[in-house]
Amino acid sequence: MQLVFVGGGGAAAATTASMSTLSREDNAAMSSEDSSSPDEAELELGLGLSLGGGFKNQQVAVKNQYARILTAKDLPSGVSASSSFSSTSSSSSTLSRANATAGTKRSADSVSAAPNGASSQVVGWPPIRAYRMNSMVNQAKSVATEEYSSIIGKNESKTAVLEKTNNGSNINNSKVRTSLFVKVNMDGIAIGRKVDLNAHGCYETLAQTLEDMFLRPTPTINSIRSSAPQHNLMVEATRCPQLLDGSSDFVLTYEDKDGDWMLVGDVPWGMFLSSVKRLRIMRRSEANGLAPSLQERNGRQRNKPI
Amino acid sequence: MLRMARSLPEEVLEHVFSFIHSDKDRNAISMVCKSWYEIERWCRRRIFVGNCYAVNPSMVIRRFPEVRSVELKGKPHFADFNLVPDGWGGYVYPWIAAMANAYPWLEEISLKRMVVTDETLELIAKSFKNFKVLVLSSCEGFSTDGLAAIAANCRNLRQLDLRESEVDDPSGHWLSHFPDSFTSLVSLNISCLGSEVNFSALEHLVGRCPNLRTLRLNRAVPLDRLANILRRAPQLVELGAGTYSAELRPDVFSSIAGAFSGCKELKSLSGFWDVVPGYLPAIYPICSSLTSLNLSYATIQSPDLVKLVSQCQSLQRLWVLDYIEDIGLEALAAFCKDLQELRVFPSEPFALEPNVSLTEQGLVSVSEGCLKLHSVLYFCRQMTNDALVTIARNCPKMTRFRLCIIEPRTSDYITLQPLDDGFGAIVEHCKDLRRLSLSGLLTDRVFEYIGTHAKKLEMLSVAFAGDSDLGLHHVLYGCENLRKLEIRDCPFGDKALLANAAKLETMRSLWMSSCSVSFGACKLLGQKMPRLNIEVIDERGPPDSRPESCPVEKLYIYRTLAGPRFDMPGFVWTMDEDSALRFS
Repeated sequence: MQLVFVGGGGAAAATTASMSTLSREDNAAMSSEDSSSPDEAELELGLGLSLGGGFKNQQVAVKNQYARILTAKDLPSGVSASSSFSSTSSSSSTLSRANATAGTKRSADSVSAAPNGASSQVVGWPPIRAYRMNSMVNQAKSVATEEYSSIIGKNESKTAVLEKTNNGSNINNSKVRTSLFVKVNMDGIAIGRKVDLNAHGCYETLAQTLEDMFLRPTPTINSIRSSAPQHNLMVEATRCPQLLDGSSDFVLTYEDKDGDWMLVGDVPWGMFLSSVKRLRIMRRSEANGLAPSLQERNGRQRNKPI
Repeated sequence: MLRMARSLPEEVLEHVFSFIHSDKDRNAISMVCKSWYEIERWCRRRIFVGNCYAVNPSMVIRRFPEVRSVELKGKPHFADFNLVPDGWGGYVYPWIAAMANAYPWLEEISLKRMVVTDETLELIAKSFKNFKVLVLSSCEGFSTDGLAAIAANCRNLRQLDLRESEVDDPSGHWLSHFPDSFTSLVSLNISCLGSEVNFSALEHLVGRCPNLRTLRLNRAVPLDRLANILRRAPQLVELGAGTYSAELRPDVFSSIAGAFSGCKELKSLSGFWDVVPGYLPAIYPICSSLTSLNLSYATIQSPDLVKLVSQCQSLQRLWVLDYIEDIGLEALAAFCKDLQELRVFPSEPFALEPNVSLTEQGLVSVSEGCLKLHSVLYFCRQMTNDALVTIARNCPKMTRFRLCIIEPRTSDYITLQPLDDGFGAIVEHCKDLRRLSLSGLLTDRVFEYIGTHAKKLEMLSVAFAGDSDLGLHHVLYGCENLRKLEIRDCPFGDKALLANAAKLETMRSLWMSSCSVSFGACKLLGQKMPRLNIEVIDERGPPDSRPESCPVEKLYIYRTLAGPRFDMPGFVWTMDEDSALRFS
């Protein structure tokens, strides 16, 4: 089973510089960054903590840091590259800045290269409650661009990404980047999850994360584990999920701020972020009629002013 | 032949016990002898369960049959920072279902970090005829439908407090479900709700509840509506304003100012989203009697903050953004001599460069001027050992000290040394310290200090610190009163944990994430320590699909009498006696 995104999310991206801060090339770059680091290395990184103290994973940690730096530098808008870790996995939440050797202050080197000056995205650091973060970002928003001024979400677990592009309408010359946790439910699975949309810059990594979350084989909930290990049903993850295959039994949909259910992938990423309230991985059979055909939609988008 | 002396009659003992409220004392009483145990358990009215999985509802009900008030906590503290994946647990429904049968006279339910559903709220609403108090702190999973059920059915409700909970798709109509005959409300906190409530329903509710003391409104209540509400409740003691912004107009101003000055009992203010500074003078008349001020959502700058705090001579608690800056903290130190608690939150936590002039000096000033200061939460970007030593010497009565230097592993910016000595001074001088959060560049030495001196410490939070297992060992070995230990991103592995396994049974819980504890060690602990639940939380898949030496992502260990739980999601595995068999 794979997730599918119907619709070319990247198609209209090129024309929406002010909304989607990632061009398609950036999406590809981020995806390819992911594909270039082998799974194992990435796992080891998370475990190895890349701290001083003789960890055998030190080498790998350094290597992946390098990959991280590249990714951050690739993004002209300065979105911190967090494409390769999901919101809920702190194992990959290493700092992309040089881990200080004892006694040295963090130097202003190129390690944390995000041009916007935001610190790297370590999950849960600094330790500020989500409640407070939402409040802060919503206040910053009210000073910011008009474009999404009507978007202040009702669901307080949602904040819009405050991404200032080259317009420079920053508040205090720095960008506030916080979490955008939305709930995700999958048909047939009782317990929902949450995913941090701001940890992704594009639909591909989001889909990959959701696949990892939901399509990993697990024992049934509410039962003690049986002794037989589960057969690993999940295909060894390729870094570019079968988004555009259309081969999955499931589709990814989202509820927008008007309460309508839409197929994910239609609109530019930035626009998606500003209107999404929650996600649902829906059976394909139920998703019929949810959105017009791919062709129609692309046609409309070309004509629609952004 | 020896004869046992008769003890006091049961009724007398029960009467005496009724004056004992603290759980610790009650527990001590129950250990004196069997008959005291029996008498005590029948007259215990309040129970507190710090970890809902440490015990199961039927055990509690069996021992304490006549309970009126229950307080439960669910998820570990680091869940506040999104470190605990969604779906981990903390479901309260089984507790409520059990209590619905056993405690028909239950009056109070307080929950923290638990998953509450509308079904749960509906069950509460119809099961407890004398229900009075519902506090949902940092809870989630319910909607305003559940609240509507509470409003409609709990005729004697006194307190409804939703502090910082996540409420789904709120619409404002639930408030109208309080019947017109409902007048018993004393405390209402809806500050976390996103949507507008029905204003006229709110005003009508406020107007007909003469005992209303605490009212925390949500952001969607505009300033002009606030005036109406205040006029209907001049007896308010605690107020959370909504949005404190409107176009500057003299008529609106005088309306607000008049409303505030009518509230002669106000002691606590909070809220103040989107503050327009021009409206701040409206509260000047009541500042001198304020004891608690929460401006941590107010984006006002230091000149306005200085003007405000310098009038609050009775202030005991201040929560504020770092816009206050060092200069504002100096003013605080000069004018607010009764200050006991200070929390300074970062306005831009993700910016690398400081956006405000708030440094270690601000905290030092407060420590010098406010001799009663004992509780601190301080976010800043730079610190020195000297500053910490000064603070420690100035505040030997410190009980809670949480310092968050925003950049992990930041050293003393002057000497470039680790901050071991500074925190060492804190634990050495502050002998009553119960809670400590560390940050900055720290080696194993700071843990040696903590293990040596922090004998009253109950809760320790550690991030990006230490060099080796020795650090963890110092803490586990030395901190006699440690109850909660939470660690992230530290190079602590198996050795210290296994060497101090017995210690874990004396604590409520241990959280370790992004550390180096191997799966093998978890299994071993699970085998050896049947009264602990060893939960491995790992979203990469079953831990046995990786080598045993592979560190686990997250580890949550807690003592329990209830055995492994049955409501774990797919990414949580419990290590118990059978795990060796299952995972081989």
